[in-house]
Amino acid sequence: MNRRELHERLRPTLRWEAGLVVALVAIVLLGSLASDKFLTKGNLFYLCLSIGELAIMTLPLTLIIITGEIDLSVASILGLCSAMLGYLVLHGWSLGWAFLVVMALGVAAGLFNGVLVTRLGLPSLAVTIGTLTLYRGLAVVILGPNIVSTFPQRYTNIGVNPVGNSFLSWSVVFFLVLAVIFGVVLQLTPFGRSLFVIGQNKDAALYAGIRVKRVKLLLFVVSGFICAFAGILYTFRLSTAVQDNGLGLELNVVAIVLLGGVSIFGGKGSILGVVLAVAVYAALQNALFLTSFPQRAFGIVTGCLLLVSVLVPNAGSFVRRARAAWRRREARNTPAVEAN
Amino acid sequence: MTAASPAERAPSAGRIRTDRLIDIAYRLRAFGIVAALAILIVVTSIVQPRFLSGQEVNIVLGNTSILALLTLGEAMVIISRNVDLSVGSVLGLSAFVSGSTFGHLHGVPTGVAILVAFLVGIGVGAACGIVNGALTTIGRVPSLVVTLATLYIIRGIDILIIGGGQVVASSLPDSFFQISLRNFHNVPYLTMAVAVVIGIGAYYMRSYRSGRDLYAIGSNPDAARLVGIPSGRRVFTAFVLSGSIAGAAGVLWASKYGTLDSTAGSGYELQVIAAVVIGGVAIFGGSGSVIGAALGALLLSTILAALYVGGVSPFWTQAIAGAMILVAITIDRLISLQLTAALRRRRSREST
Repeated sequence: MNRRELHERLRPTLRWEAGLVVALVAIVLLGSLASDKFLTKGNLFYLCLSIGELAIMTLPLTLIIITGEIDLSVASILGLCSAMLGYLVLHGWSLGWAFLVVMALGVAAGLFNGVLVTRLGLPSLAVTIGTLTLYRGLAVVILGPNIVSTFPQRYTNIGVNPVGNSFLSWSVVFFLVLAVIFGVVLQLTPFGRSLFVIGQNKDAALYAGIRVKRVKLLLFVVSGFICAFAGILYTFRLSTAVQDNGLGLELNVVAIVLLGGVSIFGGKGSILGVVLAVAVYAALQNALFLTSFPQRAFGIVTGCLLLVSVLVPNAGSFVRRARAAWRRREARNTPAVEAN
Repeated sequence: MTAASPAERAPSAGRIRTDRLIDIAYRLRAFGIVAALAILIVVTSIVQPRFLSGQEVNIVLGNTSILALLTLGEAMVIISRNVDLSVGSVLGLSAFVSGSTFGHLHGVPTGVAILVAFLVGIGVGAACGIVNGALTTIGRVPSLVVTLATLYIIRGIDILIIGGGQVVASSLPDSFFQISLRNFHNVPYLTMAVAVVIGIGAYYMRSYRSGRDLYAIGSNPDAARLVGIPSGRRVFTAFVLSGSIAGAAGVLWASKYGTLDSTAGSGYELQVIAAVVIGGVAIFGGSGSVIGAALGALLLSTILAALYVGGVSPFWTQAIAGAMILVAITIDRLISLQLTAALRRRRSREST
């Protein structure tokens, strides 16, 4: 009985993640058929480089979406922190202090989002559309037309060198470590489980003694912190800080999280699914890059993936509804036939 | 019978007064935007008298027109508790496709060619709106996700169609540019046309049953379905209207900028939503007006112009636009809290 219960509970999520694994295998197979460069070490390293910061930002957003909120300002926080790092280095700060200030700035940005959402009770969608514009605007104010690329090579090497002899970039290693931490917190701690309760039924969570507002506030702060970290990595990878670093990435981050099986309504999702979605996204982008597919039109693929990921779970209920409607019509028609 | 009548009358009288209170609150909200606009204009023109020059007015109104037109469709969608993130992409696709129709219409009278361009642009927009609407209502996918996806897909299609090329201004007839250039004493005819369209939209939303239905769906989707409002059809219509309007806006964009590549209108959706929210439309639907949304667009572009004229570095514009969104939603929240508290007080007074 207990095992069956467990099985029942796991089935829907596992099915989604199994689907992602199948998709990933298919992409890897097709990719290596299409180009013999696909599975080379150099290409895989390039793949890791291209996805790292994006992947890191999906983790806190996953938790936020599970609680039924959203944070569209993630890429703007990345941009703001990158601009601030550039500004401080330009003004002769040592990197140690600059890191500290940048991380604090990320926390402050997240805290501001969180306070507006939880203490003023404003909808997070509207708040973070506002701060998306605000933080990006502040990045523009801080850096203006300056382009800073005087970072010490010791640090920028982190952005472009692989870890040891492997094909992994440092950003992907950070992502994997953070993913394990986030996964454990989400799946195995009371705090993590409470996020699902909040997402499924906020009032029930409140009556169960969960401090809903404080939890959400914390998540926004964590999101700011992690995005600041991603901002530092992003700056080092490109060795430049400009005002529009990471422009428009927020929608890619949201798309990957939803592709990972996280419900936009909250209450459902897993870190494993999101990690797999990151892999699917990166592999697909890379495979298409090796073919003649125009890189800038990759949005078509992102969009279709997103649609498929939300339409497929609905397909079952759609078929059921259609069948029910058909049966109703049959039932209405049948007496008429008998009357004849 | 006589004893029962005061008791019968009391709640209905209470309801009338309650309605009036809500009405006053929303009028004050719209009045707030107008007041902010007036203060802004007075202060800026004292600092820099050039701000009220005909040329400057012409520029501001010209910049507002396309944005204000887009807020009309977006406001309808948002009032029904949905959102259309794809308007920027639709605008870009429509601008390119309609702009390139002129290349295929050699020897056709320009008047006819312009008409064809508008029909093509609106058609492209309507097709996008149909896809958005169908996925949202039939596919039962939240519109935030649907339009996020179509934002990417439509932009991608735009990039694929354009390839490396672009529409250059020299391939477009001169009278096409005149659409956004001609003006009456520095008020562009385009602005007047947009104002008329928004007026029609406002009348529809205020006085037509299907318009009111959008408010009902937005304030309580379940209740709307229970009272028999065809929610799916209404929301579908709102998306098709929003798409068609974005398509028309794309043609106007082509007429305004002439040279078009695949980045036309990218990121514009956030400005449109910002204007709608600043204009007092609640992001989760059910309240606000299309006139308010258009005033929001006017306020947004006036502030940006004022900063420019006032000598503030253009680097500040984006940050200020962001701050304005936050101020607007905070004010809305405070108003609605005050309103709820006032209604509760009144109700408790009536019951005692």
